[in-house]
Amino acid sequence: MNIEQLHKQYKTSLKKENRLIRLYQILIFLVFFSSWELFSRMEWIDPLIFSSPSKVWQLFLQKLADGTLLSHSGVTLFETVLGFIIGTLLGTILASLLWWSPRLSKTLDPYLVILNAMPKVALGPIIIVAFGPGFPSIISMGAIISIIITTIVVYTAFREVDPNYLKVLQTFGATRTQAFREAILPASFPTIISTLKVNVGLSWVGVIVGEFLVSAKGLGYLIIYGFQVFNFTLVMLALMIIAVFATIMYQLVELLERKLIKD
Amino acid sequence: MSFLTIQDIHHTYFSNQTAATALADISLDIEKGEFVSFLGPSGCGKTTLLSIIAGLFPPTSGKILLENKPLDADSDTSIGYMLQQDYLFPWKTIEENILLGLKLIKKDEGLERIKTLKLLSDVGLGGTGKLYPRELSGGMRQRAALARTLAVDPKILLLDEPFSALDYQTKLKLEDLVFETLKSFGKTAVLVTHDIGEAIAMSDRIYLFSPNPGRVHKTFEVPDELRGLMPFHARNHPQYPILFQTIWKELESLEY
Repeated sequence: MNIEQLHKQYKTSLKKENRLIRLYQILIFLVFFSSWELFSRMEWIDPLIFSSPSKVWQLFLQKLADGTLLSHSGVTLFETVLGFIIGTLLGTILASLLWWSPRLSKTLDPYLVILNAMPKVALGPIIIVAFGPGFPSIISMGAIISIIITTIVVYTAFREVDPNYLKVLQTFGATRTQAFREAILPASFPTIISTLKVNVGLSWVGVIVGEFLVSAKGLGYLIIYGFQVFNFTLVMLALMIIAVFATIMYQLVELLERKLIKD
Repeated sequence: MSFLTIQDIHHTYFSNQTAATALADISLDIEKGEFVSFLGPSGCGKTTLLSIIAGLFPPTSGKILLENKPLDADSDTSIGYMLQQDYLFPWKTIEENILLGLKLIKKDEGLERIKTLKLLSDVGLGGTGKLYPRELSGGMRQRAALARTLAVDPKILLLDEPFSALDYQTKLKLEDLVFETLKSFGKTAVLVTHDIGEAIAMSDRIYLFSPNPGRVHKTFEVPDELRGLMPFHARNHPQYPILFQTIWKELESLEY
């Protein structure tokens, strides 16, 4: 029995397993794109509708070169990030207010249920009329879609904080503000972070739908435009870029999670 | 007048269906530097009384005077409260946890800070200030909680079964530590427990509570021979089993 040897064996088997999984992941990627390309070339799927990776790639290079891609993605990214931040922030602030006043939370409870059940994108036309066709409406769409769910989830987290922590603070004579800052907020950080993860996806939905409805710029606009002129290569390109950006945002939130939560 | 006066406390918990009286006719006096225990079966309202003394909620009727002043007059730091579990904040280091009470009254700088950090070594936790609670054992965490409670220099300490979640060996050691620390600081303390042995080993006086509604059933003075001894030694004194038997019989009689 040699502990060191066994440990080494364990580590190599672990590494092997990880390598295998990575291999399968790459395999799926390659199979997907090569069969897409192949099926499209053999016309087993309609190349006009489904395009092909090579065409998307060519269009990508072309749009990158003339600068239009950068400006469209820039606009959408800006709207999404802003909508995401505003939605999360307002939702958390609203949750804090509800925690602050139990009477307010009881009063507002049925309205929150209704607002949560309602599909927020249905408010699109009203928002556009109210804020005008442009940035403000689209950012509002990105924000409004995540506010209510953030409020509900974060408020629930606030209420589930072990009351004994509050008891400790209360015996020290803490005010409600101090109790919030010292116990409620830090204890709810993990939940807030996980709502951030959900909100990344939601904000993209809100912003893209917003761009469908009004804008003359952005990735949502590219999708609608491509659809109208029957250029599905353009639609696919926009989808790919959205996928990449959404993934990057999600990874950034995970990075933030590792920074903030030390456990 | 006594240090802590508890006068005609009644407390009833109201809910939609019921009004349950938890405490009735509680009057007692505690002198400065005394260590008293509230002993009794569960449901006798001893924790309720402790919470009322701590000012967590007002009693339905009656009053509590600390040095002849009603409690809420200077609620800031006159009371220290220790719970069954340590409830150290997991996102704060031990040092930050211990300074918490002072931070709330904005005195966590300078001399107060140094004094508080010295408390850490007083309870045998020197060098752990930068660690997080999860890195300490249960006994060490409860000692840190003691230091946190003492940091604000409370006039009276309320201990709500602080040893009940610990293993037996740790519990015995911690009893000695708490006893010694409180005596050396000359603190007044009230311990809530359902452990007869712990009550005898630690206190000067024991109030036995009876349930439904909670009342003081009987008061036992712990003999002088036991009072001066550390809890661990008190448990080995010939007087200890005698008092234990007396209280045991009294508790048994409550059940019928």
